[in-house]
Amino acid sequence: MQKYSVFSLIKNALSNHENWDLAWKDPTPKKEYDVVIIGGGGHGLATAYYLAKEHNITNVAIIEKGWIGGGNVGRNTTIIRSNYMYDENALFSEFGMNLWRKMSQDLNYNVMFSPRGIINLAHSDAQMNVYARRGNSMRLNGIDAVLLNREQVKEIIPMADFSENVRFPIFGGLMQPSAGTARHDAVAWGYARQADSMGVDIIQNCEVIGFDVSAGKINGVRTSRGDIKAKKIGLCVAGSTNILAEKLNMTLPIETHLLQACVSEPVKPVLDNVVTFGAGHFYISQSDKGEMVMGGDLDGYNSYAQRGNLPTLQHVLTEGIAMMPFLSKLKMLRTWGGIMDMSMDGSPIIDKTHIEGLYLNCGWCYGGFKATPASGWTFAHTIAQDRVHELNAGYSLNRFNTGHLLDEKGLGTKTWIS
Amino acid sequence: MLYIKCPHCGWRSQNEFSYGGDATVKRPELGKDISDQDWNNFVYNRKSLRGRHWELWQHLSGCRQWIKVERDTATHEIFNTLKATEEIS
Repeated sequence: MQKYSVFSLIKNALSNHENWDLAWKDPTPKKEYDVVIIGGGGHGLATAYYLAKEHNITNVAIIEKGWIGGGNVGRNTTIIRSNYMYDENALFSEFGMNLWRKMSQDLNYNVMFSPRGIINLAHSDAQMNVYARRGNSMRLNGIDAVLLNREQVKEIIPMADFSENVRFPIFGGLMQPSAGTARHDAVAWGYARQADSMGVDIIQNCEVIGFDVSAGKINGVRTSRGDIKAKKIGLCVAGSTNILAEKLNMTLPIETHLLQACVSEPVKPVLDNVVTFGAGHFYISQSDKGEMVMGGDLDGYNSYAQRGNLPTLQHVLTEGIAMMPFLSKLKMLRTWGGIMDMSMDGSPIIDKTHIEGLYLNCGWCYGGFKATPASGWTFAHTIAQDRVHELNAGYSLNRFNTGHLLDEKGLGTKTWIS
Repeated sequence: MLYIKCPHCGWRSQNEFSYGGDATVKRPELGKDISDQDWNNFVYNRKSLRGRHWELWQHLSGCRQWIKVERDTATHEIFNTLKATEEIS
């Protein structure tokens, strides 16, 4: 594989950039692989990459119904953070933060990781207490957290509404300075390119039709491009998890819901950080192009539509304007939606299943993008070693049976309420 | 924007309703022995498929009645609505 560097850039500039290698090949599926990963999103690509890199398993296929970067990895708001209270979530996410910090070097691909800090705004004394508790929990797990008072928040985000008679006054906020954003497409492309270079077959436009299971073991998968045999298969399909689970006669603690995001027209730099509204569900950052990148609630009912409805968007943007009134002056450039695998406790599942050789990675809710490297790393470990790593031990499927839920937000099983 | 035909009030916009989830989930009968699996299926496990889906909505800003709606989860087409007491046929 051609290494990307300033020298290769100059060399290719001399030939008008007409001789760059393809970033990844377009292979015809083989009859059999050691491991098949279903789903060529960020998590699937990262899983294949870490299977090759950490476990030396390179006879791997990723099969993807659409195209690389066309699903949620290309539809998120690019936020990366580890500001969790529970140990399982905090340690998993912080492990991921360390992978993010060296990802561009690791993948030889600029993922534009930008640790610009995230601020969760608080709008009452009670919320400040909750954030103080969460911040302390984070610090006990070695994650940076700073509790900001109103004046400190005002210094960092003066454009927020600090006027007197507002419905939700800003009391302060919890900041994780090391959190940030990354270029989401580059993450998908970087993982795909490296996985491909190590021998992984990335097979696009290949839909799973069914599975070959006998005597409690998985033997392979039936696809629109022929049958593929494999002793180990990993499901990594986010919002399509329930569709594949049905083909396996499994019913999972997952519902598929639609989440929208939007960007405004580009404006000059105004917002340095990622900021979330504490009295509702709204988050915002500014892209390098200048667009304000915004998101919030789910559409609120089961959906596979991959595009959203206006009432939710209006609701979300009303919150945004309450927090930062200048947003009302901006024109909307684009809105879009992705389908989320909402788990019943808000935390993911990375585990083996009752079918030997079948592994499950789902339930990412709102937080799939930031988990990409840690999810891939732990899922690769789970598949290669046929046992969970201590980092994903808490993300078991069985926790719904035993009661060891990881309900970080305390929302219960109404997955559409956020 | 969805338009939902409330069996009590007629056609109303989505803004008047709040969602209540899968309408086919049945609470295990009281006073009978049930397995942990039965209970888990009631509390956590959902089919949540693409296509026709019977679901509960509440006409919160209208008659406040719970209703059942059959909707396509990919196209949002609504095929049928029933009162909460009516059985899905």
